[in-house]
Amino acid sequence: MTPTQPVHPTRSSKFKLPSWPWRVTWVYLTVMLFLPIIALALRASQLSATEIWSIATSPIALSAYEVTFVTAVLAAGMNGVAGMIIAWVLVRYDFPFKRFLDAMLDLPFALPTAVAGLTIATVYSETGWIGSLFAPFGVKIAFTRLGVFVAMLFISLPFVVRTVQPVLQETEIDVEEAAWSLGASQFQTFWRVVLPPLMPAVLTGVALGFARAVGEYGSIVIVASNIPFRDLIAPVLVFQRLEQYDYAGATVIGSVMLLVSLLMLLAINLLQAWGRRYGS
Amino acid sequence: MALSTPPIKATTPAAQLNKVKARPWMKSVLIGFTVLYLSLVLLIPAVNVFIQAFQGGLGGFLSTFADREFIQAVRLTLIIAAITVPINTVFGLCAAWAIARHKFPGRTLLLSLIDLPFSVSPVVAGLMIVLLYGRNGWFGPLLQAMDVRIIFALPGMVLATAFVSLPFVAREVIPVLEEMGPEQEEAAKTLGANDWQTFWQVTLPTIRWGLLYGVILTNARAMGEFGAVMVVSGSIAGKTQTLPLFVEEAYKQYHTQSAYTAAVLLGCLAVITLVMKEVLERKTGIKKAVK
Repeated sequence: MTPTQPVHPTRSSKFKLPSWPWRVTWVYLTVMLFLPIIALALRASQLSATEIWSIATSPIALSAYEVTFVTAVLAAGMNGVAGMIIAWVLVRYDFPFKRFLDAMLDLPFALPTAVAGLTIATVYSETGWIGSLFAPFGVKIAFTRLGVFVAMLFISLPFVVRTVQPVLQETEIDVEEAAWSLGASQFQTFWRVVLPPLMPAVLTGVALGFARAVGEYGSIVIVASNIPFRDLIAPVLVFQRLEQYDYAGATVIGSVMLLVSLLMLLAINLLQAWGRRYGS
Repeated sequence: MALSTPPIKATTPAAQLNKVKARPWMKSVLIGFTVLYLSLVLLIPAVNVFIQAFQGGLGGFLSTFADREFIQAVRLTLIIAAITVPINTVFGLCAAWAIARHKFPGRTLLLSLIDLPFSVSPVVAGLMIVLLYGRNGWFGPLLQAMDVRIIFALPGMVLATAFVSLPFVAREVIPVLEEMGPEQEEAAKTLGANDWQTFWQVTLPTIRWGLLYGVILTNARAMGEFGAVMVVSGSIAGKTQTLPLFVEEAYKQYHTQSAYTAAVLLGCLAVITLVMKEVLERKTGIKKAVK
């Protein structure tokens, strides 16, 4: 990776060489980012294709992917719907403590995940404030897959709200009023007038939330019981493999996770590009 | 939410009236839903941290401070933040300037690469560092020959923390730099200022709030990181245990009071971060994007 020479005809001659911010950027990125990724890729390439395939598709790994991805899709999807409503309420309505709620929404970004896991495990346990409401119905939340779901809900909550809010702020109420006055029902107005411009933002938020939920470790390892085939997520499986000095297992499952992250990053970039085109 | 589109009916004044009447009803339902949802997912768990910590009174809360391992965890957390935050700030400024002030092929790719630590699972981040510097890692033999320990020691924890908090400063500073434009800097240069003078007297004053916000986010993540640090540190009590690792360990050992005392400290960090964000938003009048 060589520094790209910026072309600036107006700049003086001392700017011809890559300046030191360029050098710092590339050296730091190489050491911190590229080298670790290359290390992972090289380690994976030392294994034979059949080895990689058998580890990546072992029953325990498949069940861990299923728990991770399906639960993350459900959590991100639920936050997609709820986040849209919350964004709508925060933009369109006035009520007491609105500013407080708005500020609190960023809590999942600011609160260390270990603390989130600790408090969700307590509150949603059978004797906890919320868990005890569900316990009489035979619904256990903490230390089951539902606990994983709640933890994922917590950490992916802000994304959709924060991507939809600015778009809602820009849309004009006139258009909705025009739809109403032309005889559209509330649902028609929502479905045909309000929703279409919001969709890129909603999907971007859902994708961001999903990516975060898939990679989440700290809160889930505390909330879940981490039993294989029940509520063991892929990042915890990577960790367990590493603890057992099973570097091949950790590398292969870790590489699968890395590939998914890269694909999500690509998807998010495409969604954002779509959103910009929609906006202009 | 209705998923099907009802057929369009003819408009009648009655229908119009109905809609107007329906709106306040909708409003309270939607606000009620928002409050309920946020309470269940966010507020009740957040309040619980503080209530549990002080359930044994102030004495119970303070008793944890006599724990040597707890004090060591606090100290280690502060040391790691003190090392990573300045490093990532310098890198973030350099990367932001390089990206915002230049057009070059692969610019979008570079931006995405800088964002990568946000989407990589912290455990995978830790794994990559172990594969590089661990005993069986690529640099393992070399490090062993030089008698340098990185994994299960402070350097590895710093590397892991720096990895996960790498993008924040660049992410916050790039938009500000782009909005500012290169004109003022160029004017300063033509007037004879050198690079340092231009940076300190022209660029920095303009980007200071964005930079400060990036630094605050970097710090919050550096002090709160769990997964990546867990993988590289081994979480050895009193030695390589940071505050978040202490929380988990204490909870697993049924030392609930210790866990919640540590959790409150981290909770206060979160509250301070959120308050600073509000303050900075009011100062700049810009709604901050999230990551």
